Amino acid sequence: MKLLRFFIVGFVFGVVLTKSEAISWYRIYEMFHFQSFHMYGIIGVAVLTGSLGIFIIKKRKIKDYKGLPIKIIPKEKTFVNYIIGGILFGLGWALVGSCPGPIYILLGTGMLSIVVILAGALVGTYVYGIIKDKLPH
Amino acid sequence: MDILFYTWHWAISGFIIGLIMLTLTYFGKTFGMSSNLRTLCTIAGAGKNGNFFDNDWREQKWSLVVVFGAVVGGFFAYHFMSSDTIVSINPRTIENLRTLGIDAPNGKIAPDLIFSFESVKTLKGFCILLFGGFLIGFGTRYAGGCTSGHAISGLSNFQLPSLIAVIGFFIGGLIMAHYILPLIF
Repeated sequence: MKLLRFFIVGFVFGVVLTKSEAISWYRIYEMFHFQSFHMYGIIGVAVLTGSLGIFIIKKRKIKDYKGLPIKIIPKEKTFVNYIIGGILFGLGWALVGSCPGPIYILLGTGMLSIVVILAGALVGTYVYGIIKDKLPH
Repeated sequence: MDILFYTWHWAISGFIIGLIMLTLTYFGKTFGMSSNLRTLCTIAGAGKNGNFFDNDWREQKWSLVVVFGAVVGGFFAYHFMSSDTIVSINPRTIENLRTLGIDAPNGKIAPDLIFSFESVKTLKGFCILLFGGFLIGFGTRYAGGCTSGHAISGLSNFQLPSLIAVIGFFIGGLIMAHYILPLIF
């Protein structure tokens, strides 16, 4: 039952993203047209909550549930991969209105066409893995 | 309890998403949804074709359980916590969409023009979803994360690479929403 807590985290994540409508193509379109504060509010408050939490974890040297120190691994300091990869993902995000989390959640809502997006996403991940070493990072 | 059935306020939603990220941190893990795509490729046997997929997927089992929970959460919220007032977007947005010929929400999560079975059956409709998915999979792996890993976890830890990635997400998203979508529809 060690994995039950991860199921609960995922369940809450699925409910929040569905009820906040962050899984909606319409909300993403509205966000990229700056016609609502809704999505910016969600991401902004999540980052605010997260950064306050991380600040407290670092300041008080809070241990994880096993009593081990929490280590946050810094991301590699490159540029090209973040900007180009980011742009490509952004194009896909605005086209089909879902990022990876919502792909799974939309499957749960019973939207069958998401299977095509998921298949595309798996092919995209696979192709990246194959040509990774030839790409600038 | 009616409030649970309407669209959740952005402040409540954002706060809970922040707590989810912190909870996974407390469990000694990181919040990142796109990594599961790599894990699924590994399980499908992609390891034979490149060391990128040569990882032990069992170490990522916890993350697949999060995904499974998210699927069940989506099912539950959509079927048992929904009302017909959902997705009340800006009337100006609906007007924009109308000029593109895209149907208004009226209680739907996503437009029929892109997601209905009739649309997916057409070559154009199928290719849009497949290509969109491809960009999501390729782009997130190239950038090393998506909205959860970069925009939320990364920015919360003041990581410059994540800020660069998020700027990329918006450059791509704005180009698609303003310049490419009108060409497609």
